[in-house]
Amino acid sequence: MRLTQGCFSFLPDLTDDQIYKQVQYCLANGWAVNIEFTDDPHPRNTYWEMWGLPMFDLSDAAGVMMELAECRRVYGDRYIRISGFDSSHGWESVRISFLVNRPAQEPYFALERQEVAGRVVRYATRLCPSREATP
Amino acid sequence: MLDLQCANNSSLCGGAASPPSGFDLRKEAEAAGITETLRELEHELIGLKPVKSRVRQIASLLLIERIRQRAGLVSSPPTLHMSFTGNPGTGKTTVALRMAKILHGLGFVRRGQVISVTRDDLVGQYIGHTAPKTKEILKKAMGGVLFIDEAYYLHRPDNERDYGQEAIEILLQVMENQREDLVVILAGYGERMTNFFASNPGFRSRIAHHIEFPDYSEAELLLISELMLKERGYSFSAAAREAFVNYIALRMTQPFFSNARSIRNAVDRIRLRQADRLVSDLDRMLEIKDLETIDSSDVLASRVFSASPPGEGREPSERTS
Repeated sequence: MRLTQGCFSFLPDLTDDQIYKQVQYCLANGWAVNIEFTDDPHPRNTYWEMWGLPMFDLSDAAGVMMELAECRRVYGDRYIRISGFDSSHGWESVRISFLVNRPAQEPYFALERQEVAGRVVRYATRLCPSREATP
Repeated sequence: MLDLQCANNSSLCGGAASPPSGFDLRKEAEAAGITETLRELEHELIGLKPVKSRVRQIASLLLIERIRQRAGLVSSPPTLHMSFTGNPGTGKTTVALRMAKILHGLGFVRRGQVISVTRDDLVGQYIGHTAPKTKEILKKAMGGVLFIDEAYYLHRPDNERDYGQEAIEILLQVMENQREDLVVILAGYGERMTNFFASNPGFRSRIAHHIEFPDYSEAELLLISELMLKERGYSFSAAAREAFVNYIALRMTQPFFSNARSIRNAVDRIRLRQADRLVSDLDRMLEIKDLETIDSSDVLASRVFSASPPGEGREPSERTS
């Protein structure tokens, strides 16, 4: 199932040129750019692992693209996202986050229903391995 | 089938959109800001003939590349890594800073910032420290110019476990793979740079422009001193100018002469003496002209004139005045 998380996720995957421009936009705004990766794309998993340190005092996105290429080389089979953190007063939060890499076989999510006391129903999203992997 | 044909004649397909028949070179050069940039370079830097001619060549290449691209011919971005060698004070650092502006103006580099580093900024202190440190600097320099001053310190031949080698390898890799993103300029004194390149042949071959900075002639040094004074809002009186010509001739024969840097120090000391001369007589009315003019006595008071012939037991240092 195609994962849709963060910006641009309903569009076709961004090309490197497009990623470069987005990163340049982040840097021009003075945001710290982070590269993060994970093999657990569950929507509740907000703790992705960081690739290197946040990059802030760069003037050109080529430096980030270099790190991204390195990260893809090592973790090409995982989800990788780039986020831009705005540290200015009043914001102090992530302003943009978008996927830049996804595994060839994406997992899917199943809805689990649980009946508890008083006929209350609880729902949970469960991460399942890719269907294509087990035909 | 159509696609296949197009792929075979890709250069034709690309150029076929609007193939201009001719190009107005002057208009193209002005549009790219080349004439303006070169004129500035000519006026603001004295001497340095080989440097200027190389910059002009590079600028011309860019212009032709641009036109070729528009004409649909094959074009490839030129390699711009440079090495500046020359004696102390011949303007290597000044030109490197200027070079970033030029390259940016000509559209060779995207941002035009200069990151000036030495060994300490690239080489780490323990295992695993060097690579991130070097990469950090490289990332900062992307889109601009990385200026490595006294680059030969990166290589320590007496210690083969030195981390400098690791930094060199990372540098070489990025210099090769990301030529469009970054221009690396190495600078250092002539002889030691030669040794450095001899022990790192990879560096030598990856640098397209080896530029030798010649020593300044006496006439050029005089022009430089006048330019420096002008920048600071002073000027020589006729007698002072003559005295300074003698000063330059004498100073050049003395040890530890470092071209424009010595001249800059001399100019600063002359300003000190001028101020001292003015303050020593508190009872007179000062005119604007007095404040601006360097008198011959300011120059002649220098110890360069009173000194015994060079190399006879004087303390030879930059501090002597």
